[in-house]
Amino acid sequence: MAFVNWLKRNFVVIAGLFTLGYLLLPNVVVTLFSFNDPKGRFNYEWQKFSTDAWTDPCGVSGLCSSLTLSLQIAFWATLGATVLGAMIAFALVRYRFRARGAVNSLIFMPMAMPEVVMAASLLTLFLNMGVQLGFWTILIAHIMFCLSFVVTAVKARVMSMDPRLEQAAQDLYAGPFQTFVRVTLPIAAPGIAAGALLAFALSFDDFIITNFNAGSTVTFPMFVWGSAQRGTPVQINVIGTAMFIIAVLFVLASMVISNRRSKQKA
Amino acid sequence: MIDVTTKNDNTGDVRLTGISKTYGNFTAVHPLDLTVPQGSFFALLGASGCGKTTTLRMIAGLEEPTSGTVFLGDQDVTRLPPYKRPVNTVFQSYALFPHLDIFENVAFGLRRRGIKSVKKQVEEMLELVQLGEQARKKPHQLSGGQQQRVAVARALINHPKVLLLDEPLGALDLKLRRQMQLELKRIQTEVGITFVHVTHDQEEAMTMADTVAVMNAGRVEQLGAPADLYENPKTTFVANFLGTSNLIEAEVDAKSGEDIVLKAGGGKLVLPEARCSAPTTTGGKVLVGVRPEKISLTHADDAGEIPDGRNRVTGKIADASFIGVSTQYVIDSPVCPELSVYVQNVDRDARLVPGADVVLHWSPAHTFGLDAAQDIDAGTEEEAV
Amino acid sequence: MATVTEAPPLAPAPEKKPPRKRGRWTPYLLLLPGLAWLLVFFALPMVYQASTSVQTGSLEQGYEVTWHFSTYWDALAEYYPQFLRSVLYAGSATILCLLLGYPLAYLIAFRAGRWRNLIMILVIAPFFTSFLIRTLAWKTILADGGPVVGALNSLHVLDVTSWLGMTAGDRVLATPLAVVCGLTYNFLPFMILPLYTSLERIDGRLHEAAGDLYAKPVTTFRKVTFPLSMPGVVSGTLLTFIPAAGDYVNADLLGSTDTRMIGNVIQSQFLRILDYPTAAALSFILMFAILIMVTLYIRKSGTEDLV
Repeated sequence: MAFVNWLKRNFVVIAGLFTLGYLLLPNVVVTLFSFNDPKGRFNYEWQKFSTDAWTDPCGVSGLCSSLTLSLQIAFWATLGATVLGAMIAFALVRYRFRARGAVNSLIFMPMAMPEVVMAASLLTLFLNMGVQLGFWTILIAHIMFCLSFVVTAVKARVMSMDPRLEQAAQDLYAGPFQTFVRVTLPIAAPGIAAGALLAFALSFDDFIITNFNAGSTVTFPMFVWGSAQRGTPVQINVIGTAMFIIAVLFVLASMVISNRRSKQKA
Repeated sequence: MIDVTTKNDNTGDVRLTGISKTYGNFTAVHPLDLTVPQGSFFALLGASGCGKTTTLRMIAGLEEPTSGTVFLGDQDVTRLPPYKRPVNTVFQSYALFPHLDIFENVAFGLRRRGIKSVKKQVEEMLELVQLGEQARKKPHQLSGGQQQRVAVARALINHPKVLLLDEPLGALDLKLRRQMQLELKRIQTEVGITFVHVTHDQEEAMTMADTVAVMNAGRVEQLGAPADLYENPKTTFVANFLGTSNLIEAEVDAKSGEDIVLKAGGGKLVLPEARCSAPTTTGGKVLVGVRPEKISLTHADDAGEIPDGRNRVTGKIADASFIGVSTQYVIDSPVCPELSVYVQNVDRDARLVPGADVVLHWSPAHTFGLDAAQDIDAGTEEEAV
Repeated sequence: MATVTEAPPLAPAPEKKPPRKRGRWTPYLLLLPGLAWLLVFFALPMVYQASTSVQTGSLEQGYEVTWHFSTYWDALAEYYPQFLRSVLYAGSATILCLLLGYPLAYLIAFRAGRWRNLIMILVIAPFFTSFLIRTLAWKTILADGGPVVGALNSLHVLDVTSWLGMTAGDRVLATPLAVVCGLTYNFLPFMILPLYTSLERIDGRLHEAAGDLYAKPVTTFRKVTFPLSMPGVVSGTLLTFIPAAGDYVNADLLGSTDTRMIGNVIQSQFLRILDYPTAAALSFILMFAILIMVTLYIRKSGTEDLV
């Protein structure tokens, strides 16, 4: 009876942890299989432990160049989408103007659209225009679909910001530019950072839109897709695991730093 | 000590001429003329939405007037943006910059004006508001009262000609508010800067300000020293909004010398003509006002002991509430169904209980007269709801 | 002494300078580059695609607009099974995401205490391993004769799913179940994050108040918590359903030719068969179908402010 009661009280915890397990299981498998030494071309069955792939992560031709390309595209797409998106977010929150509704819908649409539809229609445009598919078309597409997410993230932050802060700055002799640089931007920074991080992740991991608009250019997700047809090298698991670890360490480090900082101040 | 010039010039005068503000069809502030003299503590008092904050924001430059001009001393600043006006504001809920520490919040205005060595000034200012220890904390680490003092320091350090305060104590609890009222008054006396203070709390306005302007629906109803406003209100709004007033409808019967004799509910009341703001033609209606604490209460059996020459009204006690220093009575009278009377608890008459017949009497000098054409309930709490 | 008089209302005539309009053009300048980008690379492509969908011709001789609307009917007639499958798979995945995601979001919001940040990181971190790699890992997890399939088999779960037509025999890989499983996995974070955001906003004292007013925990959840988390439920289901309905990666990697979804058809029409009008028509049908479903859904759930 005591056990049943315990089960009742902690049902949510058990169910939640089950979901967490479901979310993390593939990452465990990816990590485990980065130490595999598979027979044949595919790395789906466990054979024996090996660190070969870790000692030579670029050992497969095209893998590391595709990774570099993806990082480059993600960097520029993040920069472009963040600048353009933050501008839109500021305009939407801080100003009253005509056609706000239309602007809001245009921002919302790309997020409510299946990627395959956007991908196909953008390809139609490029084909009609006779644009050479490659780095630039990928970058254009990535900025396009990251833009809305940045707008949403920055908008939420700017909206929760007290307009009196900007008025206070103006009252204290800061002109419009100074007000923006000294007050608006620093306070909006977490929203902008969140938007940028999201844009980077979306761009780096995008496959569907890239697949349509890349031509013969191969990004990292496209390399993985190709290898799923031809044969999966262990090295893609190495890259996947490394990315996961770097991300977790990055977040943990930033948390430790912000913790320490607030402790110093208190 | 903070060095602030307190010369007897008029560079710290605030002069508003014909200033108004409309938003679409809504008029927030009707054209109004107002002069706040250098060095005074001026309060704009009114319920929310009466236009007091809009007026303040027009002085600060945060709101553009629809018409009229704003002068600071002899300078027309109507078209100057806020960052070019020698005016600083203590904002409602303070608007402290959350990303900057207390020191940098206070130094903000100095730095924007290109002043390099701010350390000494900021430290002195923080001493003035007793926050020297907190310089490196972030605003959210301070209590409400401390944040309020930072907001004052941040504005004062710029030696503004005028300091504007927008409900600066609204977010504090009652005890702290009383304390900060005295504190602000002390700072104002010390630095001698013109303060314009917006508040909806009549007690706060009367405690702190030399001059109070009572605003209602975008207009100034009455302006004057707190005691003048209280003793001699000119409109029902002021009579009801500042403290409590008993207003009795009466008819002008005759004039005798400096006094007007009025008929109300069968009895006669005397009102000095100088204290009547309404036109008085014989047979015309006037509202007779008297404050609850000016009224004495005598049991009907002792009516003969009341000295001559006092205004008297009969009635029956409907309710009595004991609140310590005084007892508040509600009297049902033929002249008015609900008269309030506050009696100091000096010698309590045990016969004054609900149901007792009483005579209310007061000196004619404490009577005021108002135009009967006004809404008798303007400015009461019931009306506000 | 201070003075006050009511000035007569001013006629507009004495206004010397026109009122200074601060930054009248600023919003438009801020909007211009970003909106132009969206117009040229999002809206304009839609127009091109609309035009393509009513064109006829061939790759060699070129295409021209002939208002050939029957492309739409032909496409629907030929590919309606894939459409239905997309809705079915995406719908199942959305429901599974809600059932799986809600407890975890609730756990993070109310029960995690000092573990909250860590669990949040664990929910988000898998994003940084390419989703294709993680999806491929399901091939290993669901491998024939592997521990997962074995366990499901001995628990007779597979008997039920194969009776439902979700699996075939003792295989999970290359069945609808595998595709739904992959879709659920891929879009689960998109369900958890909005759910968490709306749950986190709920004042914990509301639970105490409900308990104080004689509500059992289950009743509290049904009458207080769940209704208050509706905005999260709505945006979570939309963020899951929309991308899942257009997805072709899971169907391709984990499914078989019998589990092809509409995304797979559009992809192959566009990139392999090169039948642009049919591909454009299909993608338009998908877009409108989703728009209609989403609109109806938002109306029904009465939440206008999503995402």
